[in-house]
Amino acid sequence: MSEEHKLYIKKVKRKKRSILITQISILFLFIILWELASHFKLINTFLTSSPSLVIKNIIFLYNDGTLFNHIFITTYETIISFFLGTLIGLLIASIMWWNDFIAKVINPYLTVLNSLPKVALGPILIIWAGANMNSIIIMALLISVIITIINAYHGFSSVDENRIKLFKSFKATKWQIFTHLIIPSNINTIFNILKINVSMSLIGVIMGELLVSKEGLGYLIMYGSQVFNLNLVMTGIILLCLLSIIIYYIIVRIEKKFIKFF
Amino acid sequence: MKELLKINKLSKKYHTMKGEIEAVKDFSFAAGNSSFIAIVGPSGCGKSTILSILCGIEKKSGGKIYFGKKDITIGYMLQNDTLLPWLSVLDNALLGLKIQGNLTKETKKRTIELIKTYGLGDFIHCYPNELSGGMRQRVALIRTLAIDPDILLLDEAFSSLDYQTRLEVSNDVYQIIKKENKTTIMVTHDIGEAISMADTVIVLSKRPAQIKNVYNIELNEDELPSSKRTHKDFNRYYKMIWEDLDINV
Ligand SMILES: Nc1ncnc2c1ncn2[C@@H]1O[C@H](COP(=O)(O)OP(=O)(O)O)[C@@H](O)[C@H]1O
Ligand SMILES: [Mg+2]
Repeated sequence: MSEEHKLYIKKVKRKKRSILITQISILFLFIILWELASHFKLINTFLTSSPSLVIKNIIFLYNDGTLFNHIFITTYETIISFFLGTLIGLLIASIMWWNDFIAKVINPYLTVLNSLPKVALGPILIIWAGANMNSIIIMALLISVIITIINAYHGFSSVDENRIKLFKSFKATKWQIFTHLIIPSNINTIFNILKINVSMSLIGVIMGELLVSKEGLGYLIMYGSQVFNLNLVMTGIILLCLLSIIIYYIIVRIEKKFIKFF
Repeated sequence: MKELLKINKLSKKYHTMKGEIEAVKDFSFAAGNSSFIAIVGPSGCGKSTILSILCGIEKKSGGKIYFGKKDITIGYMLQNDTLLPWLSVLDNALLGLKIQGNLTKETKKRTIELIKTYGLGDFIHCYPNELSGGMRQRVALIRTLAIDPDILLLDEAFSSLDYQTRLEVSNDVYQIIKKENKTTIMVTHDIGEAISMADTVIVLSKRPAQIKNVYNIELNEDELPSSKRTHKDFNRYYKMIWEDLDINV
């Protein structure tokens, strides 16, 4: 490696590091300012809470024995709806790719369902599926499935015509075209769908929990606001942030491992 | 000489909501064993359509196609770079065999031999984005040859390459085809490429493709395309074909 190239690599790495350091500093600065402002009574902690109060709350919930239960319930619901939503969405998109007639029939329904705010269905869901975990998962599914179908179908149907022609020249079956061409061509699309679905499932789960649940981070937030305990609300939101970061990070790690093969 | 391929009054119409497009009309010709036929014609005249019909991707609307052999295998090398970026050179080359369920130890060995013979041995585990344009086309040709086709179809196989690479790849491909002794039908809009590689050049009219003229190219087969181009007969053919095409426009 030439000196010049070493210098270049060093420069790029340094830039990357300074971006990360700045990002972390902003976060810490925010937390410190928040804490100081509440300490010197510049803001009303009754409305805004403060980092130390949030930590106190987390410790309280931990001693109470409910902290991990809330986190576990939300994570569990999110994972279930994430997997179900992704699988069902990809399956329907595959069926649409397979059969053009079905695709054309379904398309307008998808458009309408996609633009419909799913929260609006909440009350009906509760009546149909009951005020329990089922309606929370169904709510999250509704949110992730539609967008999965739309994105995946778009990806599946925009595979290069020439490559399809190549497979046809080898007399490939439709199944072979699907497994050897359509799916591998869309690995990036699929990973993007996974990333979107993490947030979609989380949004759906929290929305569902706000409506019906007795447990979970969404419930914590809802309950906190009902009894005007803003500390609890903030605690719920911060735990939620942490949860979504962790799940997103796991997906990115899997993607990195996987993409190596492609 | 027994004919490997005979086409009689082939015609093709595409139907779209905008109307009917007659792409090929009364196209007849025959190809003997290990002949090299080039088809030239203005773009959009129906050249690709003829090849697509021959290898069964499109259905013909009329006419007859006879093959001089049962269970004929046809290899089709397409216009653009159709190597799959997620497969290595070897896996790309094996794709046709795999799809057709003919991937055995023997066919795999044969393909590896092809890759080595044609100068890609060091790149066998590389991915397409690590190869030059010319090398990629060579892999695409090996992929087509790996299924051991009786007839090789080339559709503007070099049009995405720059001029210099194109001449080199023409030489490479010509040698490979002569060595493998394959009956070849090559579509191109490059007159020079047609004359320097083929022994028969078919000139097509504008759409619907009909045969305008057929030339027997009598240049020394053992010379490379690049050296055939320097021959004075080359210019004579060039001028005649150019005039055929010019009148069409
Ligand atoms: N699948 C198709 N549907 C409708 N029209 C087509 C289709 N494929 C080709 N055509 C039309 O048929 C004509 C011949 O096309 P093609 O064989 O690709 O020409 P060439 O290869 O000589 O440039 C063109 O006018 C093209 O627009
Ligand atoms: Mg064409």
